[in-house]
Amino acid sequence: MRKHSIIRWTGVAMAAALATSLAACAPSGSAEDVTGATADEIAAALQEESSITVWGWAPQLEPIVEAFEEKYPKIDVKLENVGTGNDHYTKLQNAIKAGTGAPDVAQVEYYALPQFALSGAFADLTGFGAGELEDQFTPSTWGSVSLNDGIYALPQDSGPMAMFYREDVFTNLGLEIPTTWDEYIAAGKAIHAANPDAYITNDVGDAGFTTSMIWQAGGNPYVVDGTTDVTVDFADEGSTKWADTWNQLVQEDLVAPISSWSDEWYQGLTDGSIATLVIGAWMPGNLESGVPDAAGTWRVAPMPTYEEGVAAAAENGGGGDAVLEQSENKLVAYGFLEFLNGEEGAAIHAANGGFPSTVADLESDEFLNYESDYFGGQKINEVLVQAAKDVVPGWSYLPFQTYANSIYGDTVGQAYASKSDLNEGLAAWQEATVKYGVEQGFTVNGE
Amino acid sequence: MTTTSIVTARRGPFMRRGGARWTGWLFLAPFMIVFLLVLVAPVVYSIYLSLFREQLIGGTSFVGLENYALALGDPKFWDSLGRVVIFLLVQVPIMLVIALAASLAIDSARLHLSSFFRIAIFLPYAVPAVVATLMWGFMYGTRFGLFGNITDAFGLDLPAPLSSNWVLASIGNIVTWEFVGYNMLIFYAALRVIPTDLYEAASLDGAGAFRTVWSIKIPAIRGAIVIAAIFSVIGSFQLFNEPNILKTLAPNAISTYFTPNMYAYNLSFSGQQFNYSAAIAIIMGLITVVIAYVVQLSGSRKVGRA
Repeated sequence: MRKHSIIRWTGVAMAAALATSLAACAPSGSAEDVTGATADEIAAALQEESSITVWGWAPQLEPIVEAFEEKYPKIDVKLENVGTGNDHYTKLQNAIKAGTGAPDVAQVEYYALPQFALSGAFADLTGFGAGELEDQFTPSTWGSVSLNDGIYALPQDSGPMAMFYREDVFTNLGLEIPTTWDEYIAAGKAIHAANPDAYITNDVGDAGFTTSMIWQAGGNPYVVDGTTDVTVDFADEGSTKWADTWNQLVQEDLVAPISSWSDEWYQGLTDGSIATLVIGAWMPGNLESGVPDAAGTWRVAPMPTYEEGVAAAAENGGGGDAVLEQSENKLVAYGFLEFLNGEEGAAIHAANGGFPSTVADLESDEFLNYESDYFGGQKINEVLVQAAKDVVPGWSYLPFQTYANSIYGDTVGQAYASKSDLNEGLAAWQEATVKYGVEQGFTVNGE
Repeated sequence: MTTTSIVTARRGPFMRRGGARWTGWLFLAPFMIVFLLVLVAPVVYSIYLSLFREQLIGGTSFVGLENYALALGDPKFWDSLGRVVIFLLVQVPIMLVIALAASLAIDSARLHLSSFFRIAIFLPYAVPAVVATLMWGFMYGTRFGLFGNITDAFGLDLPAPLSSNWVLASIGNIVTWEFVGYNMLIFYAALRVIPTDLYEAASLDGAGAFRTVWSIKIPAIRGAIVIAAIFSVIGSFQLFNEPNILKTLAPNAISTYFTPNMYAYNLSFSGQQFNYSAAIAIIMGLITVVIAYVVQLSGSRKVGRA
């Protein structure tokens, strides 16, 4: 969903972004300092005439905003889509640097959150009572938004990883559905041997995928201590475990050299030449809309693990919404956030194809028993909800993760391209990441 | 009447003295204001920016020319510059020769439907670069794209257009496709203004079609060729849209420092290194000016000789 559009429209925003770059470098001013409010004060603010601006690209935002305006007719919510993913963060970063022009509320993916939170661009929501909401959300999503004893966003959706697979491909070849990575590799060999144009999955290297896979393997390459101390270590056990496993797939040409979200990718998903996708739980909606001709052939299973019978999953994508420190209407902004990410918003979000982060929705019978026609009547949410519970705890992203992800292709991607050791690619990524961190004034271990 | 003229006459010398100083500027003002605002101010501001370093932790500090020293010793920068120089040396001559051949063919009046050819060759220029690149990126697909279909149909085993070794050539192909028509139009316009009596004289002297092309048409449009070459040189150094869009299809073949412009862009917008990015931009600007000037000089020297 997200990457698909990022990819297409990156180019379009270039000229505009270049043009605004100069304006973006003025020193930042300070908005009115509101660090907290009681529930009553927030409720009162919502009954007064005012307006807030919201930046986001999630398709579910529009119906949620409509419902909010209906409930609070005096509040005018200006919903603006300034781009998807990186384009959005670029504009946000520019507005933050400029000191004016930022929205009151912004959508933010979990991986990008630390960058904005630790630099003080997002308001700590603790003072507004966000701490009381902890029980509403899954531990993994709550862990993603709480940093340094602060709460910098409320979770909206989540992307626990699972394995989506083509049932027809596996049945035709008489293959078992892999439950471990060793079985997965064996299945990859069988699929490719049966048809040289068919692959178990596609992968040309993707930062989000790699970090999620290392997460599942129990790796912890990024350790952030306070706001300025960072450790980068891609030689830890989990990272090496993943790289050694994935080396076998890449070096033996068992993964299709096709970028995700490309036209070839959609065709591969349609004709079965890409047999599985290990990806976030937000994928079903994308399959239904992007690969309609393959209806009935896809199923979902827990992602393969390293140890037989020990369930482990990771988050892949997903995000929440934050209040900007620059906002001059923080009470209303937070009120909106509670609606958007709370019960009412979450219900609308789920009804519009989102994968929720709220415990109540994840555990509701209606959600769990939903039988997807696209998946041949499978109760897909049972699998996906279990994945959410199996997410390995303790992961964190860097306070400059968007930059680190941007140079992935220059480093790990080169190992993919030359089919050399991914461990070396990870080492190169580490080196470039550390260099940047040091240049930016962080104390970085990992040289 | 008389009174007025006396008054005018009396005021005249004073007006003229002041006028000499300001009237010219007044006429220039609309241009100068725009020029200062959109051209000079950004450059000056970029130079100003390039003298500082801002860190995520630790704020901004004045570093003098350190960013420039850093850039000159940055292998990524030289890598990107080397790549556009290769691009320039190969793609620009190919494109200009094709454009020249097309314009001469249309000008020769021997083609049926010449206006159709003219518009057909020019049409790609009207396609936005973003759309063109997306379209070509799709065609370059080795499995389902046009390229894949052709290699399958003929049983060929050609290298993938978007692989590391071939991606620059593939971009050259897109850029050529986009800009042949534009350059052809420049040449064609120049060819149309050559006085026809020259051709008559040439044919009386017994010159054939190719002799006419070589000795009359090409020398006559040399100025246009130089202009087209300068535009193409600048365009090559500013290569950005095509590789940046193809990067999504070939993330490992196109690095974040594939061209100098991409490098500057990524430094700014992925890395928040605005200051360093500004230094790279200024250096690239200077290099472009120098090379464009060299092209112009060598072009006009030839005109002088001819």
